[in-house]
Amino acid sequence: MAHAKNHDYHILPPSIWPLMASVGAFFMLFGAVLWMHDGGPWMFLIGLTAVLYVMFGWWSDVIRESVAGDHTPVVRIGLRYGFIMFIMSEVMFFAAWFWSFFKHAMYPMDTYEGSTYIPPEMYQVDPFHLPLINTLILLCSGAAVTWAHHALVHNESRKDVENGLLLGIALGVLFTFLQGYEYWYLLSAQDWTFGGDKFFSNFFMATGFHGAHVIIGTIFLFVCYLRVRAGHFTAEKHIGFEAAAWYWHFVDVVWLFLFAVVYIWGS
Amino acid sequence: MADAAIHGHDHEDDRGFFTRWFMSTNHKDIGILYLFTAGIVGFISVAFTVYMRMELMNPGVQYMCMEGARFFVSEATCTPNGHLWNVLITYHGVLMMFFVVIPALFGGFGNYFMPLQIGAPDMAFPRMNNLSYWLFVAGTALGVASMFAPGSPDGQAGAGVGWVLYPPLSTSGAPGMSMDLAIFAVHVSGLSSILGAINMITTFLNMRAPGMTLHKVPLFAWSIFVTSWLILLALPVLAGAITMLLMDRNFGFTFFDPAGGGDPVLYQHILWFFGHPEVYIIILPGFGLISHIIATFARKPIFGYLPMVYAMVAIGVLGFVVWAHHMYTVGMSLTQQSYFMLATMVIAVPTGVKIFSWIATMWGGSVEFKTPMLWAFGFLFLFTVGGVTGVVLSQAGVDRAYHDTYYVVAHFHYVMSLGAVFCIFAGIYFYIGKMSGRQYPEWAGKLHFWMMFIGSNLTFFPQHFLGRQGMPRRYIDYPEAFAYWNYISSIGAFLSFASFLFFIGIIAYTLMAGRRVTEKNYWNEHADTLEWTLPSPPPEHTFEQLPKREDWDKQHSH
Repeated sequence: MAHAKNHDYHILPPSIWPLMASVGAFFMLFGAVLWMHDGGPWMFLIGLTAVLYVMFGWWSDVIRESVAGDHTPVVRIGLRYGFIMFIMSEVMFFAAWFWSFFKHAMYPMDTYEGSTYIPPEMYQVDPFHLPLINTLILLCSGAAVTWAHHALVHNESRKDVENGLLLGIALGVLFTFLQGYEYWYLLSAQDWTFGGDKFFSNFFMATGFHGAHVIIGTIFLFVCYLRVRAGHFTAEKHIGFEAAAWYWHFVDVVWLFLFAVVYIWGS
Repeated sequence: MADAAIHGHDHEDDRGFFTRWFMSTNHKDIGILYLFTAGIVGFISVAFTVYMRMELMNPGVQYMCMEGARFFVSEATCTPNGHLWNVLITYHGVLMMFFVVIPALFGGFGNYFMPLQIGAPDMAFPRMNNLSYWLFVAGTALGVASMFAPGSPDGQAGAGVGWVLYPPLSTSGAPGMSMDLAIFAVHVSGLSSILGAINMITTFLNMRAPGMTLHKVPLFAWSIFVTSWLILLALPVLAGAITMLLMDRNFGFTFFDPAGGGDPVLYQHILWFFGHPEVYIIILPGFGLISHIIATFARKPIFGYLPMVYAMVAIGVLGFVVWAHHMYTVGMSLTQQSYFMLATMVIAVPTGVKIFSWIATMWGGSVEFKTPMLWAFGFLFLFTVGGVTGVVLSQAGVDRAYHDTYYVVAHFHYVMSLGAVFCIFAGIYFYIGKMSGRQYPEWAGKLHFWMMFIGSNLTFFPQHFLGRQGMPRRYIDYPEAFAYWNYISSIGAFLSFASFLFFIGIIAYTLMAGRRVTEKNYWNEHADTLEWTLPSPPPEHTFEQLPKREDWDKQHSH
């Protein structure tokens, strides 16, 4: 080659993952439509499997590239920008759900002339029982992840990093479990329904999407835990960990808004 | 473009066909894929309009019959098939918005030329770049599937709900699978655009050539940057809105169902919170292209580089706070209407800055009417007409009369179908030599321009008159009184379609037998951004040696 490259950007070889991902996504969503119209879940499940497989393979490649040293300082800056913007797009996604909640809380339809809608009298969840406990659990989990992060950045023992992460993960799982219990309690003991009313719609979609993000974040932290054990992270270079921690704090903050708005104001 | 890569100087391109086009991590190849796919979808979408204009050519329903869609006038009885009509307008809108214009301008030109203009060797996340492209294809596939899936209450194919997908028509009014497939198509295309936006912003911020500060970045790269922010912040909101639709449709939720305390107007608000930035997402990259083309063919640096940049930023920011001017008639308070009216009119200021700066660029320049300049000139005229009718429509009082009439149709086709599409054509003629290494025949490009310019004005200008006469949009038929201008409009549509077919011919000829381009810069020294320092077509890998400052910094203010 006449010219050697004189930059540190990451130029990648061709990859099959993007094509496979979108084929998988097509089958997953087409299958989801069939499923919603009583066609059985099979096509959806096949597509989902393909998507999950791509995620595994693709991110394994990323980890391999990281270990191989492709993630130079300038590439790491780019990865950080990218992840921050991903979180910003997530914030805007939640904005839609909060928008719906605020609209229905501030301008309920039963106040409109001619509306025959009568809201059911069953919205009371005491925010200062289980929801408050859950808030504390999630905040503690965030603090535990920060502990792990500090231990990593200040080059303290790897044991601290692992313990902090494990604690964060365990509290995350506990949160999910308690949220599941709350759903079960509301739906079976309190006569709430999954849909059927705008309050239930807002409640279950907003907390449900948050719950999905908690589960994803927990998995992300768990992957980081495995990578800590494999010795992938150093005090200077731990983008994966940083992204997981940012994501986890984002999930925390969304929950604080949910708690203040949907639970306290909503009740 | 088959031979596009053979000219790489350093090494032969040893990638196979599948590897190159299906597993690509190369921003230039992905840009070409975007343009090519958007062209195909655009053809489908334009073909719909020809059928629609056929139907509207004369009063009465002649072609879209319950007895079967026809292409020739016949004596057999014809029961009007309004569903087919609704399906065509819906898919024309959805395809054009999500699967043609954004992929062509933002995905195609953005991918190919933004990294080149800032001297980056590739995008920041080359593999994710390809995911954006293939998700766009998956979204298109879902959209096409949706057209053929059962949709209407009586089981006809397709969802005839309008591209805005307003409930209750899109919930209880379209019970079939078609609507769900359309929703997922929009989800997937949105995801594709969001990933693309993340990629573009990161590339722009992190990979500019040494010394290229933000106030020295070429205007097209700036336009892509601003567009990316709009995509990043607007499209997730749309994803939320259509997810609510999906829940209402399939799981008994009542976000938009008054029977459960929901409110259909809420959907309109959330949709337009996305929808208004969307129109700037569509047009901003075009602004960027036009700036370069006008500067090149006026042989002058662009007038007012910094105001041009900040006008785009201002348009982007203001675009987020004007959404409810699309829904003056839903029963908002006077205060709300006044606010949205005022805010909307403010957008005319930065837009005016851009228009007048383009004119000032040409002022005193040595203007040369090559094909790209003709398209840019056409764009200036058409976009100004669309902008002026936009100011008319922004007034809540006047909109009482114009809402959902053909005046609105004429307005948004002047800014989008003519504005954005003219930008696409301007960009193609400007850059096809660079991308393919072959040049189009100049006479053919000019003929294409004049056919399209006359055709599209003939199509849409009379629609202003129809709107003023009170003809509502989205109907398959109309009374005798509207016949005259509808006839003219249809003639214009056929002429535009003929010009599109001619354009396909030009592209095929250029790629297979066009004159070879030997020089790096085949226009003139005022095409002075970095892509003009590269061979035509550029080699597989560009800027492995990062560009030096004297390659792009020409001292004048750009």
